[in-house]
Amino acid sequence: MNEFLTNMAGVVAAATPVVVAVIGETFSERSGVINLSANGLIVLAAMVGFAAAYTTGMVWVGLLAGFVTGAAAGLLISFSSISLKQSQVAVGFILSLLFRDLAYFLGTPFMVLPGPTVNRFAIPLLKDIPILGPLFFDQNVLVYFSYVLIAMSYYWIFHTRQGLILRGVGEQPISAYSRGIDVNRQRYLYTALGSGLIGLAGPMYSLSIKAGWNGTMTGLDGIGWIVLSITIFGGWNPLRGSFGAYLFVFLQWLGLALQSYWTSVPSQVLQVAPFPLMILTLLFVNIGDTEWVTRMMARLPRGVRGGFYKLFRFLRKPPPASLGVPFERE
Amino acid sequence: MRKNRGFINFLFRISGILAALLFTALVLVIAKANPWEAFGNILMGAVSTPIKIADSFVAWVPLILATCGLVITFTTGLWNIGIEGQISLGAIMTTWALRLLQDSGLPPVVIILAGILAGMAGGIIWALLAGVLKFYGGVSEIFAGLGLNFIATALTLWLIFGPWKRAGVASMSGTEPFDMSIWLPTIPGYRLSVWSLALAVASVLIVYFLLQHTVIGLRLKAVGKNYKAAIQMGISPSKYMLLAFVLCGLFAGLTGAVQVLGVYHRLIPSISSGYGFLGLLVAMLVDYQIVWAVPVALLFAALNIGGIQLPIMMKIDSTLSGVMQSALVLFFMLMDGVRKKMLKKEEDLSDE
Repeated sequence: MNEFLTNMAGVVAAATPVVVAVIGETFSERSGVINLSANGLIVLAAMVGFAAAYTTGMVWVGLLAGFVTGAAAGLLISFSSISLKQSQVAVGFILSLLFRDLAYFLGTPFMVLPGPTVNRFAIPLLKDIPILGPLFFDQNVLVYFSYVLIAMSYYWIFHTRQGLILRGVGEQPISAYSRGIDVNRQRYLYTALGSGLIGLAGPMYSLSIKAGWNGTMTGLDGIGWIVLSITIFGGWNPLRGSFGAYLFVFLQWLGLALQSYWTSVPSQVLQVAPFPLMILTLLFVNIGDTEWVTRMMARLPRGVRGGFYKLFRFLRKPPPASLGVPFERE
Repeated sequence: MRKNRGFINFLFRISGILAALLFTALVLVIAKANPWEAFGNILMGAVSTPIKIADSFVAWVPLILATCGLVITFTTGLWNIGIEGQISLGAIMTTWALRLLQDSGLPPVVIILAGILAGMAGGIIWALLAGVLKFYGGVSEIFAGLGLNFIATALTLWLIFGPWKRAGVASMSGTEPFDMSIWLPTIPGYRLSVWSLALAVASVLIVYFLLQHTVIGLRLKAVGKNYKAAIQMGISPSKYMLLAFVLCGLFAGLTGAVQVLGVYHRLIPSISSGYGFLGLLVAMLVDYQIVWAVPVALLFAALNIGGIQLPIMMKIDSTLSGVMQSALVLFFMLMDGVRKKMLKKEEDLSDE
């Protein structure tokens, strides 16, 4: 039991950067801008963050450098898509490759060096709560930050006027505009903030969970793509998205744990188990919307149909209506 | 006036290239390396000897084959990010066919042909999976493709370390190499095979003809240009998009087959070598025009080959080629955006 608790505390810690990046992507996409560069960005920010912390010897400088890297990337994406009207998917994809190669190229001098890491800090009193204490409150500051971020971002998006504006800008920019809101300014702001959070996930790895910079062996390539799909799974809601992040990392851990019991299954198969799961979840989330399902449902008896509708509505959360669409005043 | 505009467009393209070079030079300065030396080394690494030039063509073949497929999916407006996995599956199926037939006593030509066909089938299966997920499952082709890429990589690793393990100890160097009789014959002294080159050229011609001179090509374009109008014309977009997936999978599978038959002669862990993603960059840079993809793919291939020497000559990482390639596409797109914005402003002014 104790060992299991320790493992689960590890899952909570390992999920933290994913949670933060998913919330970042959620902010950006809620405003209507998709940041497809997340995969390369996390790798680059991890390298930059590590380099900054290593050079200065201060962890917070590294974290800040990661955030700034992300925010700068966000500004570049907003500039190219909002001001220059280029495809967000195209620019995001190019940047994803560019950032990754940049990280590997510029990171060479920082390979396998011992660098500073974020210290563990158990919260007094809270840490003594049975089960929950060791699970959630015997972690490092970054993990606590993620709890605050989850709660605050949820409150911000769904319970404040600012959040209402944010959602309006992503759903119906023309109505937001007619009420005197500067749509593009909002998009610039939230893309910079959101991408900054995605960038912050980088040093959260290189200064904590996967401490150090090991070039291509750092093992961060792929996480950004997971972040993008969890954002969809999360229905652009920080609570559901964070749940998705914890679930994903838990399944990853489960895959590794099963390996020792289940030696006949090669390790490579279990390591990619999250990816078929990711496809399956996206399938469950979206299948209710497809033409053939709608047609099949129409043939079902009324009572059964109602149940299915409810199920699909629960699973399916439509994306912000203006996601990826540049805003034109005319 | 018209001629003037053409000149302005040309200037913007050149400035995009210059900006990319400047950016790369800046990156090199940050890495404390001499940009001139690096550019010179890349150039020499790609063209200084006939062997290096031939090597650039060895890299050009898979790149242009992948681009051939991607031009078709892009034409219908699809983002086939799953191409990497489709290449891997092609390579896996080719390896499977060769392993099955290598001791059968069939003439080598038959075995090679069977390998190519199996590779194409592999690419098509993987592409269809993404297509079916999109049209019958509502999963965006970007995410379905990405997931399938990771699964294909895992499948490759599993085969190399499991069922197709090399006699003795399994290793990252791949499966047991095939007998020389079933390799695509190369020019003596070079790694380049005339047959793979011919396959690549034929593919370019086929895709050009398909898109420019056939009804199918016209309909594929209609689906990409105006989805709703296509439906009005009685074209089923999902049917043609699925067709685009199948065609792209075919070329991706062929890419994998050529890498196994002509370059590595076995299955290796990173058999797609990133040519799929690089093909996406090429296709974007040439605005999905296959004719232009031919020289641009050659340039990108030369950059790849030219970069190999960098770690030895200057102790800098060879990913510099990747930085240059993506910077080129990025600045090209940015400059294109600036150009359109300026043209629009000009039109607005002349309207007033």
